[in-house]
Amino acid sequence: MSEYKSGSNLEKVLKAGHFAFTGECGPPQGANVEHLVEKAGHLKGYVDAVNVTDNQTAVVRMSSWAASLILLEQGLEPNFQMVCRDRNRLAIQSDILGVYSHGIRNMLCLSGDHQKFGNHPDAKNVFDIDSMQLIHTVKTMRDEGTFLNGQKIDVPPKLFIGAASNPFAEPFDFRVYRLAKKIAAGADFIQTQCIYNMDRFREFMKRAVDMGLHEKCYILAGVTPMKSVGMARYMAKQVPGMDVPDTLIKRLRSAGKGKIAAEGIQFAVEQIEEFKEMEGIAGVHLMAIEWEHRVPEIAEMAGVLPRPKV
Amino acid sequence: MIVAEPKPIKEILEMVRDLKKILIVGCKGCVTVCNVGGSKEVAILASTLRIAAKKNGKEIEIGEETLERQCDPEYIEEIKDIINDYDAVISIACGVGPQFLSERYPATRVFPGVNTRFMGGAIEHGIWSERCAGCGTCVVHYFGGLCPIARCSKSLLNGPCGGSNNGKCEISGDVDCIWDIIVRKMMEQGRLDELLEFKPPKSWMTARDGGPRTMTREELVK
Ligand code: SF4
Ligand code: SF4
Repeated sequence: MSEYKSGSNLEKVLKAGHFAFTGECGPPQGANVEHLVEKAGHLKGYVDAVNVTDNQTAVVRMSSWAASLILLEQGLEPNFQMVCRDRNRLAIQSDILGVYSHGIRNMLCLSGDHQKFGNHPDAKNVFDIDSMQLIHTVKTMRDEGTFLNGQKIDVPPKLFIGAASNPFAEPFDFRVYRLAKKIAAGADFIQTQCIYNMDRFREFMKRAVDMGLHEKCYILAGVTPMKSVGMARYMAKQVPGMDVPDTLIKRLRSAGKGKIAAEGIQFAVEQIEEFKEMEGIAGVHLMAIEWEHRVPEIAEMAGVLPRPKV
Repeated sequence: MIVAEPKPIKEILEMVRDLKKILIVGCKGCVTVCNVGGSKEVAILASTLRIAAKKNGKEIEIGEETLERQCDPEYIEEIKDIINDYDAVISIACGVGPQFLSERYPATRVFPGVNTRFMGGAIEHGIWSERCAGCGTCVVHYFGGLCPIARCSKSLLNGPCGGSNNGKCEISGDVDCIWDIIVRKMMEQGRLDELLEFKPPKSWMTARDGGPRTMTREELVK
């Protein structure tokens, strides 16, 4: 029996006590493999794993498992994301077997944005199970070696189980408990929603640490650098469950023309510096949306290079 | 009750465009209560169709009937002597009505005059809201007496999701996040531990997913 649950690079990095650094890559809205390879190429050597989103914001893209396999071929470690919106428990379990068979070792379990947001709002959704039950499903398959119906699996999939946490969504007081529930359901690591309100996040982490959650699970803090004031305003107003304080918008604006993106990166770097010291934080998940080429410089500035080899 | 709303009149006019003798059948059940399919609405639809026909210089004959219930063969039977006088029927009961009529009177064309929306109730005069999705295995007692299957946009049993915003659901500022209400209520009542219990995947066998449903209660079957 291996000392690891999955043996993924991300798991090894975390288990060895290194500060993890993960990235993200959205599959193309088409079969443009070249573009995907180019985007992912920017991350190679700079992150421990790359999240591959699953029809994010309910917009149809290349399937997350297919894009994950392409990343794998490119020598990157994917963190395969799966949402419950588009699959029932049959499809979910068979996709889990499929990705594992092809060498995928990390999986992030999500409920998924409602299709009303996306480019097929007329679609029927599934939501046969929810994200909590998805975590439990992957764990059951891995640790019990059975399907949800109790039937034995012929070679169970061994995945490192990820889950999301949004410390900023309402009701605030319940969020840390929901995190605890996800950990109890089987999450090995957590990637949080993008953090902008540091005060609120510090409070959230304090509660998580008081409950000892950081000892049961690796918590990676979510960071998305702001590219512009417009993006900050959009995030503040349009994205549900996102908390962007006015002070940050002001800070970006006062950076002045042509310097706003640099200021956004500067803020992200300061955050990462703080997360390195923050009790209970095991790493950072950098979601540089359509900004993959800036990841190397952010990693460099934040002092998270070189990435450990374990 | 079952809540329905009128179909756009244009759609109804288009359906019955070529028909001359139409029977409009209302229902005294749910659709009367939600002001969409009772005798009053039968009369209104009848006169609307007459006016439209007149405007177009067409001859039309409209009959008006409102049955006790359209989800009961006993009452469907009541129009057996007149139904053959008409080319078609417009039922303004919920979706059960046009089907019971179609099944009992196979030779008659039946059109739905309302859109059946959901199972719910009036939260204010003129405003109705969904409460139940008919899952066949009621579990509201786990959730402070509130149903996340019908009322959470993602039917989460272990909510709330990360999109819950100021008490509203991520899909719209007009939709309450039922999980916000559930969590606040349970926390206020000191029942947090119940919420922390993992709710396993639900069996949807008793819901529509198990196939079209029929229920037999032996003690009532003669
Ligand atoms: S749990 Fe099922 S039966 Fe009960 S209110 Fe919800 S949908 Fe209806
Ligand atoms: S915001 Fe609330 S009601 Fe809407 S999907 Fe999330 S938990 Fe369900």
